Formats: sequence, C-alpha cells, structure tokens
Amino acid sequence: MAYGKKIIDHYENPRNVGSFGTQQEIKERKDVGVGLVGAPECGDVMQLQIKVDDQGNIEDAKFKCFGCGSAIASSSLATEWLKGKTLDEGLGIKNTQIVEELSLPPVKIHCSVLAEDAIRAAISDYKQKNGIQTADEAHTH
Amino acid sequence: MAVKLPIYLDNAATTRTDPRVVEAMLPAFNDTYGNPGSRNHRFGWESEELVDTARRQVADLIGADRKEIIFTSGATESNNLAIKGAASMYATKPAGEKNRGHIITAAHEHKAVLDPVKRLAKDGFDITILEPPADGVITAQMVKDAMRDDTILVTIMWANNEIGTINEVPDIGALCHERGVVFHTDATQWVGKMPTDVNKDNVDLLSLSGHKMYGPKGVGALYVRRRRPRVRLTAIIEGGGQERGMRSGTLNVPGIVGLGKACELCALEMDAERERLYKLRVKLEQGITGQLDHVQINGHAEKRLAHLTNISYGFVEGESMMMAVKDIAVSSGSACTSASLEPSYVLKSLGVGDDLAHSSLRMSLGRWSTDEEVDYTIGKVVEAVKKLRELSPLYDMHNEGIDLSKVEWQAH
Repeated sequence: MAYGKKIIDHYENPRNVGSFGTQQEIKERKDVGVGLVGAPECGDVMQLQIKVDDQGNIEDAKFKCFGCGSAIASSSLATEWLKGKTLDEGLGIKNTQIVEELSLPPVKIHCSVLAEDAIRAAISDYKQKNGIQTADEAHTH
Repeated sequence: MAVKLPIYLDNAATTRTDPRVVEAMLPAFNDTYGNPGSRNHRFGWESEELVDTARRQVADLIGADRKEIIFTSGATESNNLAIKGAASMYATKPAGEKNRGHIITAAHEHKAVLDPVKRLAKDGFDITILEPPADGVITAQMVKDAMRDDTILVTIMWANNEIGTINEVPDIGALCHERGVVFHTDATQWVGKMPTDVNKDNVDLLSLSGHKMYGPKGVGALYVRRRRPRVRLTAIIEGGGQERGMRSGTLNVPGIVGLGKACELCALEMDAERERLYKLRVKLEQGITGQLDHVQINGHAEKRLAHLTNISYGFVEGESMMMAVKDIAVSSGSACTSASLEPSYVLKSLGVGDDLAHSSLRMSLGRWSTDEEVDYTIGKVVEAVKKLRELSPLYDMHNEGIDLSKVEWQAH
C-alpha cells in the first residue's frame, strides 16, 4: 500500500482508542456524544465519542474503527483535532482538511467523509441528549 | 533460526521462477534464437527442437499427446481461445442470430472465464451461471441439472484461485462426454500441483499457466483433445498459422522452454511437495484458528488444494489486516485493496456475508515456504487480529451481546 507516513503513523500508533463506557452506558451518559457511522458490509464502521465539559468544550474524544488503514487514521486524527474545541469549532472540521493532513489517496477520500460524518453525528447526539437545538434543526424550522 | 523478511505467501497469485527453469531458458536467448517457423536453416530447426521438447514435457504432465498442446501467452488467453473458439465452432446458428447454443459456467470462476462467457451472452449464446453451494464445490449433479438439449459447452475450473476448492472435474467431464458436450476446465491453480490425466479425467480443453507453477510469466498452454472426441476451435489470433492454425504468432521460445522445464520439475516433485505443503497449511490453519475466536476457513474442509487457505477474521477489516502483517505478502478479498468497493465476488457467491468477505485473507504456500515462515506468520496474524479487535467497535458490540445484523447501519 503506497500510504504516506502520517497515515501509517496513525495506523500504527492510533491516538485516543477506546470508549467512555459500554454501549448502554454511553447511551445514557449526558456528557458524552456518540457518532456511529458506516456499515460492516461496506468495510467501514467508525465510532466516535466526545466528552463535553460544563462550558461546552470537548475535553476528551475517543474512537474505535473497523476499516482500512485510512479509515483508522482519519478517525484517529479526528479525535486529536476535536480535543479542546468547542462544539461549533468541532462542526467546522471538514473532510478536505483530513484529506490534506493525511495525504489520503483519491480512492480513500470516502474515509475522510466518514470521519466528518462521525464528528457531526457525535456532536448532534450530545446536543440532542442535552436539549440543545442543532444547527440543522434551526435551519429547517 | 531467524526468519528472512518479507515472507512470500501469495503463490496463488504468482510463483518465483525456479532457478533451474531460468537456467534452462538462457540458451534460448543466447544461442538458439532462431524462429522455429524458419524451416530452411539450422537456427530454425534447433529452436523447433527446443519447442518440441517443451511440448512433450507439458503433454507428459497432463497425460496428453504432444500434438494436443497449443502454446499461448498464459491462462487468460487459453481460456479466451477455448471458450470463444469452441462457442464459435459449435454454435448452432450463425453470428447475428439468437439462441446460438447454451453454455454452462459457475459464479466463482476466474474473470478470465466469466468475461469471455459474458461476451458470448451478448453474441447470442444462452448462459447458465451456476451458484456454488457454501462449500464452493461444483458437482456433476449441479451441471447435469443445468444441462439442456442445446448445451454446447461447459466450462468449470478445476480448483478455485481464491479458496482452493476442487470441483468434480472427472465426473463433470464424463457427463459432458455422455451428452456430446465440449468440456473446458481452467486448471491454472491445479496443474503442477495435483496429478492430472486428461483422458481419465475426461477433459476436452484445459488451460494452464507457466507462472503459477514456478515457470516464467507470459506463457501458458491450452490442451485441445484430438481423439474421442476431436475438438475443433475457431482461432482468435490469426496470422502465420502457427500451432495448427489455432494460435498464430511467432512462438515465445524462451518462455515455452521455461514452461516445459517447469512442467518437468512439477512432474518429478509435486507429490512430495504437496505432502510437505499440506502439513504446513494444516499447521498454519490450526495455529491461527486455535488462538482466535470468530475465524472461519472458507470453502470445503477437505476438497481443497494443499497449499492454499482462505480465512475470514470476524470484526476486522482485510486491508488493515494486510497493513498489520506488512512483512508477509498475502492477498485480501477486501474491497479496500482494489479500486472497486465490492468485496470478493467469489466469497459472496459462497454466501459468505459482506462483513466477513471484507475480512478475509488468502495465504498460499509454495516451493520455498518454510516451517519458520509459517510459525512467524501464525504469530503475526494472531497479534494483528487481536490488535485490530481492540480497535474494532464491532467486536465490542458483539461482546456486549448486540446482534450486529439487527443494527441500523448508516451505509454510505
């Protein structure tokens, strides 16, 4: 696989692997937002979790990923970038930035899209749990 | 003993050319460089002698007569010539019409069979593509059930390239002979590994390849039966009329010499080699399946080639597996290793779920595979699967008792 150094580094030393509890626990925890995207039959499933403090800052992030090296690297990078950001700043992370940072080859761009989807899903899960109106909802109303 | 890296476990993709084969080829570059078609000088005669020897070596390996061997550029060309050539010759109606004859093949054939067959479907032939059962073995009964009065050709591979399963070729051949139907088998993965006798095994057309049996790339052969019954083909490549008019083009003398030598070596060594590789494969399979849960060996338990294994690893993805075992050359059924996003059509045709098809590795042993390499591979694969399962949300969910098939996934 003609992968760049950064992908291989994230693959070999993935950052922030883990979970803030069992599936049931993270579903119930109000300070945790979970994004589960992808499907096993497509060969990629990403689970991204954010832990948010009282001020609405993402104080910690964790991931698990079933997928190729690029998918693992994209989700690992996403957790690094999310830490310390506000929710709105988190929503500002774009897949194109991930592509650029990791030098993802064209056939692997979908991995970065999946990572962006996971970020959005995790943030929207947190907002839903805490009764915060999401940008999407505000838009449609 | 320290193992030398990287380790090559992809002998079903191609093999190293045996140094004895390379040695045998050199004179055909350096000294005997004449065109075997040159009938009027010594250079041509000497080259023709080399080709004759090779033709006998190939024929001997499969129990054929040397006149029944057509040299080609490889098994892909042999398959194309056999399938298109036989269909054209035995068509019941001329080109441009429909219902020109019925052809039977199977869904887990190599693309070099499936694509020519699909081409024939566009050219007015009727096609039946058999769906293999879960064990991957095509039986004579399945072929019998698909036979029609207008069946003209059956093409069923001898051993499958991805899972190594062995189809019931002698029985399928016998059935075809009873019905007067031409029988072709793509024996690329079989010849040179397993004893072959085209007469006892009832084969009319057989494709083989040099580089799968320690010969050079770019050369192969098609066996074309001459007696009981005599099989005729329409040529695809036309020109100088070489190879009894069935395959024009100046003969690739060095390649043919190499193919011949490779066949001779296989004839001498394959029985002992098969026994040795079988033991290594069993060790490999037991080493891996004994240390990991949720692994599955694909294909029939016994009716499989001795040197090849295809294992699915639940909850991990194939390409990331390959990255984790990067010092070991293996092959993956995963979509992520190719441009297409589809996982292996061979595994899918066996009913292996998409999730497991994404998570499978083919490992194929060869002439130079060692015990130490197998030990190293077992260790690396087990370590990789454990590491990737640490990362896998699916493994967590499974362990927490969540039925993955009932989760509403957001397919993208």
